[in-house]
Amino acid sequence: MTDNDILAAFADIVYEVARIDASIVTPEKRFVDDFDIDSLSMVEIATAAEDKFGVSIPDSALSDLKTVGDAVAFIAKAGVAA
Amino acid sequence: MTTDHPRVLALGEYRPSRSVPNAELPAELEPDDAWIRERTGIAALRIAGDDETVVSMAGAASAKALATAGVDPADVDLVILASCTMPTQVPGGAARVARLAGAVTAGAFDINAACAGFCYGLSLAADAVRSGSARHVVVVGAEKLSDWTDWTDRRTAILFADGAGAAVVGGAAKPGIGPVIWGSDGRMAELIEIPLGGKLQMDGQAVFRWATTALADVARRACTAAGIPTEALAAVVPHQANLRIITALARQIGAANAVVADDIVDAGNTSSASVPLALSRLIADGRVRSGDPVLLLGFGAGLTWAGQVIEVP
Repeated sequence: MTDNDILAAFADIVYEVARIDASIVTPEKRFVDDFDIDSLSMVEIATAAEDKFGVSIPDSALSDLKTVGDAVAFIAKAGVAA
Repeated sequence: MTTDHPRVLALGEYRPSRSVPNAELPAELEPDDAWIRERTGIAALRIAGDDETVVSMAGAASAKALATAGVDPADVDLVILASCTMPTQVPGGAARVARLAGAVTAGAFDINAACAGFCYGLSLAADAVRSGSARHVVVVGAEKLSDWTDWTDRRTAILFADGAGAAVVGGAAKPGIGPVIWGSDGRMAELIEIPLGGKLQMDGQAVFRWATTALADVARRACTAAGIPTEALAAVVPHQANLRIITALARQIGAANAVVADDIVDAGNTSSASVPLALSRLIADGRVRSGDPVLLLGFGAGLTWAGQVIEVP
């Protein structure tokens, strides 16, 4: 799965949880400042991403995922490790 | 006609008279109504006064449930108080609740399964009626969480509230309480706790993750055990922890035709009282009717959980 594939699938999750149009879910966007996504929605996004990508995204890692690009990179790395 | 099938005969509730809207929470919490509503669904908390105790609220709710059921308190053989906020350890509260409800010499004991307590108690009540140990059982969830709230912690103080909800369980020709699905996981005991000498603490994010990933399976199993497809449920009554947990659970279960209890909006999170309070509200508002199958699902500190399908009295 390329980073672009991960981004596309991840954008779908962000839309499902937070109703943010997938076309504007781009790597540089910040979850809190650009999308006003709160910590509980981040948990929902993380658990949906865990199901979709077969990776583990613990709460301890969530606070470091500031941007969409951070999340995509985390998933890509976790996926390779798994 | 046999009458040994346990059934909920009536509910009773006690809501503290004081309602505290988000904006009127203590100033040091910097309460922001829109922020609180968006994250929790809560608009106001019911907070008990000095004269409203766990025991007094439980007694009042129990007496109302008995009156509505038309059951003579003298015919109650057991009173179960589910609470995790009793101010003292000894004596337990159940005997005083029994006295207040008029069931003066009924068997009485307390259980603490936190927010799952009412559903645990309801299962014990059903077993007692089924086995013949009791003709009628009062099970009541009652909490005064405001006594244990850290009023300087805006992550938790905006959530917790007070109240009591009771059910009378008795024998009927037709079964009305489905098998319980219950469990616990002490590996996550520290996620919600009142440390010795301290106030209530909660890792909200971790609890949210658990509640939105682990509990749908418990709910589905309770429906399967009762032989009720989730789409046939008339209502889903989860513990009123957070409206976002409740909404996520209802969506995951696929209870497409069910009313989803939302008593939390003006009641707050009342732990063991929340399930009977929310169901009582649905009945009072005419959102469910007698005989409707509804799913009850308690979950919370321990961690503990318990769920069952019952028929609305």
